[in-house]
Amino acid sequence: MKSDTVRRELLEGTRTIIPLVLAALPIGFVFGTVAAGNGLSPLETVLMSALVFAGGSQFVAMDLWTHPASWSALGLAALLVNLRHILMGASLARSLGLFRPWQKLATLLVMADENWALAEARARQKPLTPAFYLGLALPFYCGWVLASLGGSLFGALLGDVAVYGLDFAFPAVFIVLLMGFWKGRETGLILAASAVASLSVHSLVPGAWYIAAGALAGLAAALVAPVRQEVAA
Amino acid sequence: MTLDPATLAAILAMMAATVFTRLIGALLVSRFVLTPRVERALTAVPPAVLMAVVTPTAIATGPAETMACLVTALAALRLPLLPAAGGGVLTVAVLRAAGL
Repeated sequence: MKSDTVRRELLEGTRTIIPLVLAALPIGFVFGTVAAGNGLSPLETVLMSALVFAGGSQFVAMDLWTHPASWSALGLAALLVNLRHILMGASLARSLGLFRPWQKLATLLVMADENWALAEARARQKPLTPAFYLGLALPFYCGWVLASLGGSLFGALLGDVAVYGLDFAFPAVFIVLLMGFWKGRETGLILAASAVASLSVHSLVPGAWYIAAGALAGLAAALVAPVRQEVAA
Repeated sequence: MTLDPATLAAILAMMAATVFTRLIGALLVSRFVLTPRVERALTAVPPAVLMAVVTPTAIATGPAETMACLVTALAALRLPLLPAAGGGVLTVAVLRAAGL
């Protein structure tokens, strides 16, 4: 690829992720604050954000934190909270045709809900390029790590982020992306299955299980749904 | 700057878990030839995950969030990502300030 194309893709990816980086900053800050409250040093907080880089499981870990930390309980919790990554990676892998093997590896290692969702949405319109994905992932990664450091150091200064509505940025972006995935009645069935499973599990089971439940229900719905294209052909 | 050994072990265990979940799906997909049915099921994953993330916010959080989700969805029919999502954030901020 020519270098100006690379630069354009990189900038486009960056421009696409910026709103989500801004939305993630207060959340990362809150994580750092909570971590400091649990007795994690700034170094430990940054290490967790940089090496784990999974907001959901990091917050769950803060809920489960003990002194001394239990690596088995926290590792298991991270595994369970992130089971959805398995399906997400399987889906995204099909759009990585332009990626070299090491680029695929790096792509998957920094896969998070936000950059994954934007990459999947991009892949529906154009071939996904490594430069575009780098543009998505790098600012998001750096923003998350720096925001957790900020929270760890200056946590007590920021009030409740819910007041500003910033916490709603994630659902809002996901809704917009979701509308783009609509392809008629079959999508409706998948979304209905996911919504019912997500809501049921959310009201019955604490933690982030509802996401995996909804993903699996949508997958199951797609598996059993009649294939209309084959009938038409 | 302290680094407690138990904390480091916990962080590394969490890292191992997330590296595993992030890689294994793509690895499995690359090992097998996908049938059209499996291919179709995987295509359902992005909307299903997004729907699962959004649904509790849309239905079970509060009137401000429910309204804002509706506003965002309607705005998304006409507007690009940023203004549509921004409209949702603005809606939720205004409604919460109004006490909803």
